[in-house]
Amino acid sequence: MKLLRDTSLIFNRQMQLLLRNPVWILVGVFQPVMYLLLFAPLLKPALQVPTNAEAYEIFVPGLLVLLAIFGGLFQGFGLIAELRAGVIERSRVTPVSRLALLLGRSLRDVVSLIAQAVIITLLALVFDLRVFLPNLLLAYLMLALISLMTSAVSYGVALVVKSEDALAPLMNTVAQPVLLLSGILLPLTYAPGWLQGVADWNPFSWAVNGTRALFRGDLGAPDVWQGLLIMAVLAVLAVAWAAREFARSVR
Amino acid sequence: MIETRGLRKSFVSRQGREKKKVEAVRGVDLTVAEGEIFGFLGPNGAGKTTTLRMLATLIVPDDGTATIAGADLRADPGEVRRRIGYVAQGGSTWDDSTAREELVLQSRLYGASKGDALARAARVLEGFQLSEYADRKCKTYSGGQRRRVDIALGIIHEPKVVFLDEPTTGLDPQSRAHMWDEIRRLRAEGMTVFITTHYLDEADALCDRISIMDNGEIVASGTPAELKREISGDVVRVGLPVDAVPAAVEALSSYKIEKYEDNVRLYVEDGAVAIPQILRALDAAGVPLGTIELHRPSLDDVFLTKTGRSLRES
Ligand SMILES: Nc1ncnc2c1ncn2[C@@H]1O[C@H](COP(=O)(O)OP(=O)(O)O)[C@@H](O)[C@H]1O
Ligand SMILES: [Mg+2]
Repeated sequence: MKLLRDTSLIFNRQMQLLLRNPVWILVGVFQPVMYLLLFAPLLKPALQVPTNAEAYEIFVPGLLVLLAIFGGLFQGFGLIAELRAGVIERSRVTPVSRLALLLGRSLRDVVSLIAQAVIITLLALVFDLRVFLPNLLLAYLMLALISLMTSAVSYGVALVVKSEDALAPLMNTVAQPVLLLSGILLPLTYAPGWLQGVADWNPFSWAVNGTRALFRGDLGAPDVWQGLLIMAVLAVLAVAWAAREFARSVR
Repeated sequence: MIETRGLRKSFVSRQGREKKKVEAVRGVDLTVAEGEIFGFLGPNGAGKTTTLRMLATLIVPDDGTATIAGADLRADPGEVRRRIGYVAQGGSTWDDSTAREELVLQSRLYGASKGDALARAARVLEGFQLSEYADRKCKTYSGGQRRRVDIALGIIHEPKVVFLDEPTTGLDPQSRAHMWDEIRRLRAEGMTVFITTHYLDEADALCDRISIMDNGEIVASGTPAELKREISGDVVRVGLPVDAVPAAVEALSSYKIEKYEDNVRLYVEDGAVAIPQILRALDAAGVPLGTIELHRPSLDDVFLTKTGRSLRES
């Protein structure tokens, strides 16, 4: 099928370029590891839980969702560089599927995020985190959907604004409240009621709750399917919108 | 091979709060024959790139029709894409990729199998004398090499028509000459080549036929020789000290005359007859003379008579 073939062509090229860049490996792997190591000693007392394992059950899913959101939202910068180099225009005069131009790139972002997530999970296992494998795979699915959505949004916005100077403040403006109001780093259990009410309108807060439930081993919690569903719907919408921008973007 | 009727495109650009409408292309009709090098000559901002981007399916015309290599631009842009190649003004290669990787990918985006794409890439690299650098990153190439990779990317699928937007802008004279040879080679291989340029000598030497574009419109079309013949007679260029130019213009007011910073140009029936009269008139008015030259009209003179401005100065 043409879409699959085109997507894999774009994906392979993007993967190849990514792996060629040692800076990415450094930032992508060491940054989350540092998070984990630096926060580790603070976790147990801060979260007021009896064991390290429980602290990590709360903290690790939050960290992973955070990486998925931010990793995705800042992918647009790479696209602006490609626009400037003329690579996008060159692709757009070929008969390649416009959806593939987006999906090939977004899937690379998903794969690199999952790679980061695996490293962090393995490391957290060393710190006594225990998680049931099928739950972990579902949690990775959630992360994949988040990163698919955020990277598609970032690419779409990049095609609209076409400059780093506009993209950076825009993405920060989106990311900050999303981050603060989702209970990503610390759960909002102890937050005042109004704050929890606001968080209910934040889709990422549902994603975080679902991921935490999975890490807790609570597969049956409604948070899980609700989070997955919300993320899936938003991912589809974001991909459809961004692919349309690829089809009609000027320059 | 290419036929357009009434192509139009305007852009709305924002300047602060104000919205300004720029009519980039205002009704372009042109016919390009199979197997020729056709040139679009015009100053920056004339609308050349916008016209090419419309023909290459990158932007949708506001109005007008076009048929390219037998495919209708509006009804079937997908088919147009398969039949044409397009090389943008600003280049199209990625710093960290190699020429071979770029060519293989491009070929595969046009539907070639992996083996076929590798073979095509090797052949094109050979043809453009790039084999030696094929596996080096694009950022290590010289301007001329990188431009040749761009062109190679535009023709790897053997299109019937290839659009080259200012293929030699920014190249040194030697690379330019090299590029002209490459473009002639494409024609020899049976491709129809549509180039844009703002270099007079390039339009004159390289193109079989040209259209002169200014301000979104085509102001003249034909072979370079035809266009120059349209301007009857000769051009006499009189070089002068800068402060003597107004006096010279006054003394020669009975001629068709154009004023420049340190010279004036007179359009006359017969230069051999006119020169002694010009010299006498200048002498009588006491205008100090620098140089005097007689030449056949150039494409710049064509541009000048059609637009009232010189292309060199705009
Ligand atoms: N995307 C765009 N948005 C706004 N104005 C544009 C855009 N593209 C071109 N223009 C304007 O249209 C005119 C023609 O531009 P262009 O086709 O690039 O000219 P040329 O290639 O002959 O130099 C210019 O005034 C340019 O500023
Ligand atoms: Mg241009």
